Amino acid sequence: MGTIWFWLVAVMIVIYVLLDGFDLGAGTIHLLVAKTDEERRQVLGSIGPVWDGNEVWLLAAGGTLYFAFPALYASAFSGFYLPLMIVLWLLILRGASIEFRNHIKSAVWDPLWDFLFWASSLLLAVFFGAALGNVVRGVPLDSSGYFFEPLWTNFRLGDDTGILDWYTIQVGVLALLALMMHGGLWVQMKTSGQVNARAGKLAGRAWWGVLTLTALVTAFTFRIQPQVKENFTTWPWGFVFPLVAVAGIAGVVFELRRRDEHKAFLASCAYLTGMLTSVVFGVYPMVLPARNPVYSLTVTTAKAGAYGLKVGLVWWVLGMILAAGYFTIVYRSFAGKTVVDKNLRGY
Amino acid sequence: MGQALDVHRLHFAFTVTFHYIFPQLTMGLALLLVYLKTKALRTGDEHYDRAARFWARIFGINFALGVVTGIPMEFQFGTNWAAFSKAAGGVIGQTLAMEGVFSFFLESSFLGLFLFGEERLGRIGHWVAGFLVFLGSWLSGYLIVATDAWMQHPTGYRIGAEGTIELSSFWGLLLNKWALWQYAHTMLGAVQTGCFVMAGVGAFYLLTKRHENYGRTFVRAGVLVGAVAAILQLFPTGDMQGKLVGNSQQPTLAAMEGLFESQEGAPLAILGQPDVEKGKLDNPLEVPKMLSFLTYRQWRANVKGLSDFPQAEWPDQIPLLYYSYHLMVGLGTIFIAVMVLGALLLWRGRLFGARWMLWVLMLGVPLPYIANTAGWMTAELGRQPWLIYGLMRTASGISPRVAAGNAWFTLIGFMGMYTILAILWLFLTYREIEHGPEPVESLRGEEASAVAAN
Repeated sequence: MGTIWFWLVAVMIVIYVLLDGFDLGAGTIHLLVAKTDEERRQVLGSIGPVWDGNEVWLLAAGGTLYFAFPALYASAFSGFYLPLMIVLWLLILRGASIEFRNHIKSAVWDPLWDFLFWASSLLLAVFFGAALGNVVRGVPLDSSGYFFEPLWTNFRLGDDTGILDWYTIQVGVLALLALMMHGGLWVQMKTSGQVNARAGKLAGRAWWGVLTLTALVTAFTFRIQPQVKENFTTWPWGFVFPLVAVAGIAGVVFELRRRDEHKAFLASCAYLTGMLTSVVFGVYPMVLPARNPVYSLTVTTAKAGAYGLKVGLVWWVLGMILAAGYFTIVYRSFAGKTVVDKNLRGY
Repeated sequence: MGQALDVHRLHFAFTVTFHYIFPQLTMGLALLLVYLKTKALRTGDEHYDRAARFWARIFGINFALGVVTGIPMEFQFGTNWAAFSKAAGGVIGQTLAMEGVFSFFLESSFLGLFLFGEERLGRIGHWVAGFLVFLGSWLSGYLIVATDAWMQHPTGYRIGAEGTIELSSFWGLLLNKWALWQYAHTMLGAVQTGCFVMAGVGAFYLLTKRHENYGRTFVRAGVLVGAVAAILQLFPTGDMQGKLVGNSQQPTLAAMEGLFESQEGAPLAILGQPDVEKGKLDNPLEVPKMLSFLTYRQWRANVKGLSDFPQAEWPDQIPLLYYSYHLMVGLGTIFIAVMVLGALLLWRGRLFGARWMLWVLMLGVPLPYIANTAGWMTAELGRQPWLIYGLMRTASGISPRVAAGNAWFTLIGFMGMYTILAILWLFLTYREIEHGPEPVESLRGEEASAVAAN
């Protein structure tokens, strides 16, 4: 049962990254691809009706993690106290920027929110990447099942780790570039004119960075987290996950050249899915690896009571079917290129 | 350790109090929006559609703030209350996860459609979107109240291996009797906030002689729905809540009422200041025997005072609890008077001309916010010293590794962030109210076409 929930939570996180990933990504390139007010409205309009729903996946995944693996939720959330709080502030700033920007048209109002939207999206992408890096690298858990990491210590991978070290920063930058590419492809697909052209070009440039860092980070990961190598050796079928990632990243550049905007975006989805599932597969059965492997939290040690997990499965499946239905309706309603009314306000 | 505990408590109290400013309005307004959209559908009158659009804009601002301030709440269970989460996450994680899966997806999906998609959806489709937003927000309210109710009165659980608390009955958790009554009471409170705000804005328009047509619609809806809600708030829901507290949290009831000594035929204190050190109520203004009657329906019933319980069982903030409770009940009583009087004047056809009453309605807008906050403070301070009543002490629920200094850092951060949000909220809401519901040509071109685009 623990393993089932491990994968279900992983699926929710993947969906979160794919969906909120493109609106975060759109934020990270906001100032780069959109110069005039009308262009910026195009970028915001492309995510306006959906970003809030996308972010719900974070909440839903968090809630699911909470009841399925309470010990993990307790340990990870209190251990990552500072970065999580900073993530919260960034989410608040970002949400406010998107919602409030179009309420007033003024030379001091919208540029401020545009900047905050861009900056908060950018930092969020880096922090999410660094968080993932922390999980892969392992945290200083001890026998109590708790830990506390400061933001940084000496940027080394010793016993006294901080959230940011040379490895996690690298993962953070990879996450930023990957989401710039992902968001760029989304914006390209949803817009026209100058914004469309700039977004496509930027995604193509980010692609090179993604390629390089993916190779680097993968190499380091195999050295830093021995479990990864062990899992891929024990179950060679697991190579299907990195293969999806490779196919995805190849697909992005291929479809960009062919000018198929939809398929390019889908290829980017495949890349992100492949990368995340590879990580998930690589750390299993650990849900939170420790620097000292003895203290790692695993699917067995962190899971909740059997009855709760069983009953949860029933409503979870029901809820996911409903959610899939809502998202189909919403994305269909706002399908196609975003039309921007020159004077459109937030509501 | 004591210091860290205080900061963690303040952290949660501050962030949740600020957060609840927004959902109480959006949950109440959601119901009123369905009312306006239903009117529009049945009468075919564009007037109600415009009225709904106006309130949808205010709803949108408050909803966005509710979302961004709500995410920290779910996080804090893990960040600041890790020991509690580790012990009880298998139970309360269920309701919290269900909130995400069942109501947030519903709400966020259809709010987007409700705000941006009126033209694409058509009249009936738009009504359905509005109704689903209402359903999502009220469902979300239930799942949160059920979570709190479980902490007030745990049901459907058993103690598992290693002392963790495991779920043993899904329906026991979900249909907790405490949750049902607390939910009814909480939602009525939210409806009253919605009604006071709607009626208050309407009164403002009538008093300033602008958008008077809409002003009348708003005042009428607010007063009629508000009168019903105000009465139901006291009876049966408030009454029933009191009884539940009297049955399962006896020291809490005694502290709320400022009753230090057990008494047969205990009086109900209307005013007075509890002096916990001396164990008495100063300057009491009391209704004889009323407390016994209200709690047990017998004038001579014995109500236990605080001195009958060991001090370790007393809530740790007795004066604050006492004042919160009295403020809530006092304001609730005033709401009944105001709303019922408003409804009577409306029935006699004299409300829109009664300027004094319109002044009362306009100035009354902040009061339901205070009452709702006081109500929640009563519930949460009353639960002390327990985090899960009878099962886990608040002191043993905090994150063992998060130092007071780190908690202060983030508390101060939230204070700064929320100050900015509060200013923006007042500024943008006031702007919408100033702007009004009319999509008239006389407005500046930019805004007129924006309203038309909706």
